[in-house]
Parts: sequence; structure tokens; C-alpha cells
Amino acid sequence: MNNEKALAEEVVSFSGTNPRNCMKCGKCSATCPTFEEMDLHPHEFVSYLASGRIEKLLQSKTIYKCLSCFACVERCPRGVEPSRLIEAVRDSVVGQKGADYLSPDRIPERLDPDLPQQAITAAFRKYKK
Amino acid sequence: MIYSYFPGCTLKAKAQDLDTYGRKAAEALGVTLEEIPEWQCCGAVYQQATDEIATKLSSVRALNAAKEKGQPLVTICSACHHVIKRVNEDMKENEDMILRANNYLKFDEPYHGETEVIHYLEMLRDKIGFDKIKEAVVNPLKGKKIAAYYGCLLLRPSKVMQFDDPENPTIIEDFIKAIGAEPVVYPFRNECCGGYQTITDKDQSDRFANKVIDSAKMKGAEMIITACPLCLYNLKQNTRDIPVVYFTELLAEALGVKEQEG
Repeated sequence: MNNEKALAEEVVSFSGTNPRNCMKCGKCSATCPTFEEMDLHPHEFVSYLASGRIEKLLQSKTIYKCLSCFACVERCPRGVEPSRLIEAVRDSVVGQKGADYLSPDRIPERLDPDLPQQAITAAFRKYKK
Repeated sequence: MIYSYFPGCTLKAKAQDLDTYGRKAAEALGVTLEEIPEWQCCGAVYQQATDEIATKLSSVRALNAAKEKGQPLVTICSACHHVIKRVNEDMKENEDMILRANNYLKFDEPYHGETEVIHYLEMLRDKIGFDKIKEAVVNPLKGKKIAAYYGCLLLRPSKVMQFDDPENPTIIEDFIKAIGAEPVVYPFRNECCGGYQTITDKDQSDRFANKVIDSAKMKGAEMIITACPLCLYNLKQNTRDIPVVYFTELLAEALGVKEQEG
């Protein structure tokens, strides 16, 4: 097995879901509120990982655009839950040393008197290890 | 009725209204919310990866604290509710997580998802009953057209959240009717507000929030209510002409306890 395939398998294994259950209906991408912001779309994450490809996904800006709103999870007729796969790819990127997407330095410029703590906590949990 | 209560970090800081009015209204309805001692932040995000355990331990501690008192655990913040409810499901079903979390936390008895986790709105619907709330209302918000904004976290994934019909929810509309106002149903009520993109890409969360607001206004809404501090923030940042408030504030107002001290 080559490295890419091995990494794809590893990421799928901790995602907790199986992309090979997909029947390619495209409902996940059709329902995704962030579709237009993404370079690769939820159905492509499923399809790439089902065939052992992950390199392009690791470079994709989609991993920082997914909102974890669970629309694709709710509406997938095959229980594939694409947001799990997008999150697993993101985790494998930001989990590497020096690969944080969000640095604490960026927080002060975002602070305003009403910004809820929840926003900062959630963003760090998503984008930093 | 006495329930354990998990306020969460935002309700102790930027969303104090959500907490204060929630407690006052609960008292008026004969419910005491007992805050869990030394609760810890839920982390605001449920990590979906199956090997992720450390970030879920604070929820397990809260769940076990409620179990030890023999009380259901009430949440108000949508994010806290989402995280704690899903972690509880893991503690019922995920053998690996059950074993590791219990080995680490060493409670007097292992925790196996025994606690019933209910959102404040579910408490109103299922434990108290909207008919009882209607009877308790002294200041009905007659004629007020109110749009319920659900967002994502309370509804999805419905398999676990079991909150309401994820595509056509009615719980907040029923709440609005119970306090004497008129619910406005609009297309974007269960779409995402842009969530935590507010930190990394504010333009995006602003665009999303505007879609929600425009959708509600198009249907004639005079006010939007929500249970989520981040939804409230994202919506409020993008509107000046329509108030966005926490549902607990309206409940306290309808029950005549909004201005009460304490």
C-alpha cells in the first residue's frame, strides 16, 4: 500500500464512518450551506477517501470552511455522515506540529465587547491542537 | 422539581441574560435549577472522531454529578446541550470510550450514560408542559410576531439529539404561542448562522446571518428569538432594525418576573 492510501485508510478509520457506503446521490453537497465557499465539496471528500486518495483533501480550503452544521449528516440517506470525514482530514492536518490554522495572535483583532466565549473556544477546538 | 443545571462558560460571561432570565422563569414555574458544583467548560464543539476522548471528559464529569444527585441535567446554551447530549450517547454506546473514560475518571461507580440530558425548552415542553406555562403567563405578548431561530446544534443529528423534527421543528413556535405571541415560520430557521467562522472569516458568518434575518423579515417577523449565544451574536451583528433576544428573556417577561431582583 502506498503512503497516500495508508493515510487515507487511517483517517477513515478514526472518522467513525465508512465512505464506501455512499451511493453518490450528491445530497450532501446539494444541502451544504458552504458549498460555494469550498474548492472540494462534501461528496468529493467521500469519493476521494473511498478510493484511498487524500493528498488533495489535505490541501483543500474546505476543511476550514465546513461549519459542522450537520446538514449533510442529517440528510445523507446512507448514513455516511460526510462532516465526519471532513473533520477527520482537518484533524490530521492541524494535529501536526506547527500546522495550527488559528493562532491566538489573531484573537485580539476579533474581540469586541459582545463576542461570546463560545466562539473563541469553538474556533480553537476546530483549528488548533 | 429540582434539576441539575449546566450553565456553561458563555452564560457566565457574555450571555448572562440567557442564564439569569432562565433561572428566574424556572423559579416562577416551580423548578429549581441546581448548578453543578465545579463544572468545567464543555469545549463548545463535539469532536466527531471516535478516538477523541480527552475533550469529552468535562461533559462526563457533569453528567456523573447529575447522576449522583439522581437528577436530570438541564442545559440552556445550544452548544453545551449538543456536546453534553452527544457525549452522553457515547457513554451509552461506545464501549471503548466507556472503558477509557471510566478508567481515567474513577468515579465511585462507572458512568454508563444514565443521566437524562434535557434542554431548557424540552423541560418546558416535556416536564412542565406548554399548557401549564400558558396558565402561568401574566403578561401575554399579544400580537407580537416572533421568529424562532433554531440553528444547527439543537436539531442535528436528530438520531442523537431527539429534540424535534429536524426539518420542520415546532417546539419554539409552540413556546411562542404559550407566551401569547404569534410565531412566524420562515425558510432559514434551521439553517446555520455561520457559527465560529465569525473568528476566521467574519464576512462569511455575516452573509449567512443576513440570509436568516432577511428570511425572517420577509415573513413579517418583528423579533427573532434563539437559545444560542453565538447565533444571537451573529444575528445581532447584522441587524439594527429587528431585535434578537434570548427565549428565556421573553419567558421571564411573560411570567412577570423579568424585573425581579436576584
